[in-house]
Amino acid sequence: MSQATDSDVREDGVIESVSGPVVTAVDLDARMNDVVYVGHEGLMGEVIEIEGNVTTIQVYEETSGVSPGQPVESTGAPLSVDLGPGMLDTIYDGVQRPLDVLEDKMGSAFLDRGVDSPGIDLEKTWEFTPELEEGDEVSRGDVVGTVPETESIDHKVMVPPDALEEGETAEVVSIESGNFTVEETVAELDTGAEISMRQEWPVRKQRPAAEKYTPTKPLVSGQRILDGLFPIAKGGTAAIPGPFGSGKTVTQQSLAKFADADIVVYIGCGERGNEMTEVIDDFPELPDPQTGNPLMARTCLIANTSNMPVAARESCIYTGITIAEYYRDMGYDVALMADSTSRWAEAMREISSRLEEMPGEEGYPAYLAARLAEFYERAGYYETINGNEGSVTAIGAVSPPGGDFSEPVTQNTLRIVKAFWALDSDLAERRHFPAINWNDSYSLYRDQLDEWFENNVDENWSSTRQWAIDVLDEEDELQEIVQLVGKDALPEDQQLTLEVARYLREAWLQQNALHDVDRYSPPEKTFRILEGIKAFNDEAFEALDAGVPVEEIQDIDAPPRLNRIGTTPDDEVEEFVSEIEDDIAEQLRELY
Amino acid sequence: MKEYKTITEISGPLVFAEVDEPVGYDEIVEIETPSGETKRGQVLETSDGLVSIQVFEGTDGIDRNASVRFIGETLKMPVTEDLLGRVLDGSGRPIDDGPDIVPEERRDIVGAAINPFSREYPEEFIQTGVSAIDGMNTLVRGQKLPIFSSSGLPHNDLALQIARQATVPEEAEGDGEDDSEFAVIFGAMGITQEEANEFMDDFERTGALERSVVFMNLADDPAVERTVTPRLALTTAEYLAFDKDYHVLVILTDMTNYCEALREIGAAREEVPGRRGYPGYMYTDLAQIYERAGRIKGEEGSITQIPILTMPSNDITHPIPDLTGYITEGQIIVDPDLNSQGVKPPVNVLPSLSRLMDDGIGEGLTRGDHGDVSDQLYAAYAEGEDKRDLVNIVGREALSDLDNKYLDFADRFEDEFIEQGFETDRDIDSTLDIGWDLLSMLPKDVLSRIDEDLIDEYYEEEGEAEEVAAD
Repeated sequence: MSQATDSDVREDGVIESVSGPVVTAVDLDARMNDVVYVGHEGLMGEVIEIEGNVTTIQVYEETSGVSPGQPVESTGAPLSVDLGPGMLDTIYDGVQRPLDVLEDKMGSAFLDRGVDSPGIDLEKTWEFTPELEEGDEVSRGDVVGTVPETESIDHKVMVPPDALEEGETAEVVSIESGNFTVEETVAELDTGAEISMRQEWPVRKQRPAAEKYTPTKPLVSGQRILDGLFPIAKGGTAAIPGPFGSGKTVTQQSLAKFADADIVVYIGCGERGNEMTEVIDDFPELPDPQTGNPLMARTCLIANTSNMPVAARESCIYTGITIAEYYRDMGYDVALMADSTSRWAEAMREISSRLEEMPGEEGYPAYLAARLAEFYERAGYYETINGNEGSVTAIGAVSPPGGDFSEPVTQNTLRIVKAFWALDSDLAERRHFPAINWNDSYSLYRDQLDEWFENNVDENWSSTRQWAIDVLDEEDELQEIVQLVGKDALPEDQQLTLEVARYLREAWLQQNALHDVDRYSPPEKTFRILEGIKAFNDEAFEALDAGVPVEEIQDIDAPPRLNRIGTTPDDEVEEFVSEIEDDIAEQLRELY
Repeated sequence: MKEYKTITEISGPLVFAEVDEPVGYDEIVEIETPSGETKRGQVLETSDGLVSIQVFEGTDGIDRNASVRFIGETLKMPVTEDLLGRVLDGSGRPIDDGPDIVPEERRDIVGAAINPFSREYPEEFIQTGVSAIDGMNTLVRGQKLPIFSSSGLPHNDLALQIARQATVPEEAEGDGEDDSEFAVIFGAMGITQEEANEFMDDFERTGALERSVVFMNLADDPAVERTVTPRLALTTAEYLAFDKDYHVLVILTDMTNYCEALREIGAAREEVPGRRGYPGYMYTDLAQIYERAGRIKGEEGSITQIPILTMPSNDITHPIPDLTGYITEGQIIVDPDLNSQGVKPPVNVLPSLSRLMDDGIGEGLTRGDHGDVSDQLYAAYAEGEDKRDLVNIVGREALSDLDNKYLDFADRFEDEFIEQGFETDRDIDSTLDIGWDLLSMLPKDVLSRIDEDLIDEYYEEEGEAEEVAAD
């Protein structure tokens, strides 16, 4: 949080009333969204309403014991984040205070109040390598040099977007390589602007970009049902709604672990403390499937658990997306996971009701839809202001009350996002994971991504997928009949379709997030399994046409081995599947 | 300390008073009624000149002449190791005629959030001796695992069974590596005297009382007091766990009554209500209770929570179970149908879940086959359940051999695996062995969730042979 370094406190006000996280003050000279320090302990808050002489503030910390008459100080600046090297491999709270630093400063495992800390380490030095020379021309956003931030990521030091006007150029008058702290000047411009590695940016304001493109590259997730049926594009938006226990968090974490993004920003918004601990424990141990380096080297975590102050929960989404945009500006593909946007919406509702605003649907504020849209719109595949291409992919979990998708947060989210991965408690109860319902889910990116998959994986990608969708659709219809009359009453070809659909579900759609091999399925493997099942389908229907009874087809022992492909190491898949295919063909042809 | 006689309004559990000096938010207030009775309350909202106070013991007897004193501090719980063995009321005052409590420290009951960075991930298996839990929804130290139940079901018996039998296997073997003691904190909110007696009798019968602290807010105690009872209990738990190295099991019953008290206060404050009239901040409020479970790096002790709640009309989408389920790490569901079949404990494992299970089981923790067996039992039982719907329509004869096996499996699963009575203490090995016994009814090739090596090791061939013979 950048305000820790600001000392230019503008004007004092006095607290008039306190009600939970909402405090009003009089005589405070502050603008909307300015950060203020409240009470003797200096609790951090943000101005959310100004009416006459009365300013309403949402406070990011517990307000027990704060009383009227205590002072309020305004910093005169909106809620901002510190941007610079050192954000990766770090875990922040909702207002970008590093949790490890807080632990040190507080000397306790419990979060105390009134302790502030800058978002990036101001003491640490980084090795800066210039990419420009004296005399070079720069405009805003241009990269002046790089810093090795982690083993995976080179941090690009850019001219801050607000240092120059749009279209304005300036000449570099001095630039040096060497070790610097984030506040020291590494380059100077002829306009007098001094460039350091650290930028500040107000979280509620989108960082500028040159142009937004239609995304055409997939964010390969390593999850078969997603890559295979409901792919998401780099720069796309997706929602994962589902009742509790259906696996939202596991799905989000799998994406954070295996998606082929350069940077992952993972926001734990109002969720469980132990879940964040799991991420903190796991990520340094797990290798990034793209680079082999520890996952933490590309990850920034933001944890505002459910029992941490509600106002900071409201801001953590903005903190996260601003950090994501900053790395996008360097030309990286960033994936942002927000778990869960419902908690964010509830935080808005809680603050709104304390303000006694007129409620919209189910007590949510009337501006809920606008805020959700604003957030997801900050995702996208962009040409950055320095001419690079970068993307932010936003994937939000939604926790609908009672698993009912008709509630306002789910509905308003669906109006914006283009991929929808509906989690299903029935599937979860039978331990079919990921419990993504293939009948309800959709992805509007499918067609625009087909080309990539056909060029990079297999030319039959889309036709084979369409075959799988048709079989699953038919199964869905047949199941209704089976529920009434039993499977044996169906004609033989339909029984065989059910058998094929079962393999699609068990060998292809199911994926064990906890198995060392199965948890990540490259698109080639995803496709190969599908091909294997289709091979069984084709052979089996041929046998059926030749008069082989369906029971005999079901009895051969090669097809059940399809279920083991998922756990077969990637380099053995080809051999293993070919062998199964051969055995299936051989065993079936023996029958006629 | 200033005294005011400036009450302007009394409404339900709330009192509004004028003040001429600033009063802190959340501070404790003492109100003396004209008859000399002292009631305690808490500042809900404070502004220049006016405060609203929520009175814990009910507002009856308070009139506009009552005097109001502001203590100048927030609500504190006196904590000491001597609390073990004591019975307190819902506000933390002893009601067991024992000696006065000499506190070692007085702690703020709101409790700060544990820094997620300082948490230790829970992965220590707790053996409850209940197959439905150990085998299928394993509890680990530092977890919060609620019991979702309905009125008229034996959830209390289950909670008591867990409290009685819970051990960590290494401890039983006496490794001596971990000498932390076990303590139970029982927080009752709005339960009937009869239920309270049931708990107290069991605690006394088994001698558990001496390692327990009991907080009792009964059905006829003031509803508002219920909002502080769990916080007192958890403040005590934190002290015992993180200052005195105890492994604390906290049982909170009944969270439904707690939430109803929240709603009552919300309504009295004329707040904009959320779903079904419950306040919009109920998620945050419940989280501040449930999230106080856990382990901390470098600390010996731990807090494991088993909150119990009764789902109104057995509806899991009701806001109370719904919000709870989103915060807790799973849920154990007590089912009326199994109960009427006489299954004890009537735990329906299908909708039940333990989120921390995967990290607490397996080789070196429980047994190498645990994860696969549990997955397969789930899948097979779900399959059997499905077939039950079908068999009602078409009859058993119309089903295939395999389908009939699934049906038999589902029946035996309920009668042999789940059913064990409230007194039987099954260790994890016997639980898994029963699981294999049942799985061996099914042909090997449908056991797709289990690793082939494990099938070779545990699958009981003769079991299958018997089945074939029986056909």
